[in-house]
Amino acid sequence: MIERPLTKNIDMTRPPLAIADYESNDGYQSIRNIAKGMSPSDVLQKTKDSGLKGRGGAGFPTGLKWSFVPQGDDTPKQKYFVVNADEMEPGTFKDRLLMEGDPHLLLEGIIIGSFAIQADTAYIFLRGEYKVAEQRLKKAISEAYDKGLLGENILNTGFNLDIIVHTSAGRYICGEETALLNALEGKRANPRSKPPFPQVSGLWGKPTIVNNVETVCNLPGIFTYGIDWYQSLTKGKDHGTKLFGISGKVKNPGCWELPLGITIRELLEEHGGGMQDGLELRGFLPGGGSTDFMLPEHLDLKFDYDDIAQAGSRLATGTMILLDDKTCPVGMIGNLMRFFAHESCGFCTPCRDGLPWVVAIFDEFCKGQGTRKDLEILHEHVEYMGPGRTFCALAPGATAPLGSGLRYFSEDFEKLIKD
Amino acid sequence: MSENLIASTASKARRLTDEEIHEIEHEMELYPDKRAVGLEALKIVQKHQGWVSDESMLAISKFLEIPVSDLESVATFFNLVYRQPVGENVILFCNSVSCWVMGCESMRSHINEELGIDFGQTSEDGKFTFLPVPCLGDCDKAPVMMVGDDLHRNLTQEKINDIILSYKERK
Ligand SMILES: Cc1cc2nc3c(=O)[nH]c(=O)nc-3n(C[C@H](O)[C@H](O)[C@H](O)COP(=O)(O)O)c2cc1C
Ligand code: SF4
Ligand code: FES
Repeated sequence: MIERPLTKNIDMTRPPLAIADYESNDGYQSIRNIAKGMSPSDVLQKTKDSGLKGRGGAGFPTGLKWSFVPQGDDTPKQKYFVVNADEMEPGTFKDRLLMEGDPHLLLEGIIIGSFAIQADTAYIFLRGEYKVAEQRLKKAISEAYDKGLLGENILNTGFNLDIIVHTSAGRYICGEETALLNALEGKRANPRSKPPFPQVSGLWGKPTIVNNVETVCNLPGIFTYGIDWYQSLTKGKDHGTKLFGISGKVKNPGCWELPLGITIRELLEEHGGGMQDGLELRGFLPGGGSTDFMLPEHLDLKFDYDDIAQAGSRLATGTMILLDDKTCPVGMIGNLMRFFAHESCGFCTPCRDGLPWVVAIFDEFCKGQGTRKDLEILHEHVEYMGPGRTFCALAPGATAPLGSGLRYFSEDFEKLIKD
Repeated sequence: MSENLIASTASKARRLTDEEIHEIEHEMELYPDKRAVGLEALKIVQKHQGWVSDESMLAISKFLEIPVSDLESVATFFNLVYRQPVGENVILFCNSVSCWVMGCESMRSHINEELGIDFGQTSEDGKFTFLPVPCLGDCDKAPVMMVGDDLHRNLTQEKINDIILSYKERK
């Protein structure tokens, strides 16, 4: 049985599989299965039934998201499928692996998703710095055209699809799906107000689905090996495997494909090799820079959407960042705040003005010049920039490590207050 | 803006090279309208010219028929569009959280000492521009930086010395 559908072809010591080798390892089998007579609504239903949830951060059920795309003769004929490959969340390094390691898997997933919503054009919105991924994706795309898996009348289904790689130029906010759409249209990449949601009015006002790279890479397995197989992969409640990563001071940092529902301890000790000698774990961000800190006492929780939420955090990207006992939590959170302040798009006040203020206060704390008043101001900003107070989720993301850090590491902040 | 001023700024546009025009036209086939190609055009020009001058901005704006102010609002938004001249090699140095935990600050000081430049500066010989960049998506191999299109991982002082030397020797 295939246990690692996302990475089964990946070996970073060699170039990715060319299309012939990819196909001989069940590659593009899902498209052949669909071409045998599945309708777009069959594909949608199967995706819903699989239980797949988005791997881009929010964990939204993928099939449900697709079902909001209006279908029928009285709806816009033009629809778009967009892959979010802007990976810029601090501490996140999973989509790079998938695209550099097995570009055809992503293309296969894009064909499935585009067919389900009947989009004849798909864009891969790729981070500009990912030069190797760009080159490998473009090569894979041209191989797929040559084999008739892209272009017109794919495998005699009557379905047409073009895939276009768009490379960005470095701005975290472009990963927010509505800002991404503005960027693709050539506009300044401020987020858009929702509603209308992109599923109804997205790219150039047309119905659009935006999915994360890893989400899309789950699709080929589901349509090749079936739902029973897919649902047998997990060790927890949510379905499928997930790319989990560890960065920070472990013996063996890295990224692995593992079943959802493994314990955090298993990831840290068996795969990460435990902390480096002489260091203890003090805390960790479970899924990138926009998630709340968790503590060593949480290590026996499962890596599952619900379990992590119970500890007040989010699974999000599944790439954990570790804080050890010799690293200053105030400095670490200050670094994150500087990132968010730098990447704020500047559209709304709490974020544009709040984050630089927070950064200025962290600078004082890091010099041992904090004041009680400053500490109060930091606490206030957790509220001011929290969910519902800002135009998009960037600033609330920043409040996750800030709020949890103030709570869990209060004595470290206290020590940096000048007397 | 007076008509004179408009005319005089438009006349400052440089001529796009045939190669630039060819590449921009290729991108235009991939999008339903010209405006969407703005960023691609900026990147193409930057690839050939090293940076995006006012004269290049005006040229792209004329070519794509989009207001230069709109184009500027895109150009200034992105970290990797350079509106000032940069050195032959741009160092994109990751200073995000995992690299910070793994000691990127001391690597930054080392580069600063070796090249005499800090973030935002270009070395006197014009070889290097030093810029910070958010997480490069290689956090398990921190600290990390790019020089030009190449990624360098697990940085140490010795590694940085070798990297600098190899780019200095490149013609
Ligand atoms: C500031 C910000 C940055 C984001 N960056 C990314 C990103 O780089 N990649 C990504 O897939 N999703 C990112 N997201 C989440 C997307 O908005 C969107 O939820 C996701 O692409 C949906 O895909 P999924 O349903 O497959 O998870 C970001 C969200 C915010 C608010
Ligand atoms: S929260 Fe920040 S990034 Fe989001 S719209 Fe407001 S200013 Fe822009
Ligand atoms: S934090 Fe430096 S590569 Fe991710």
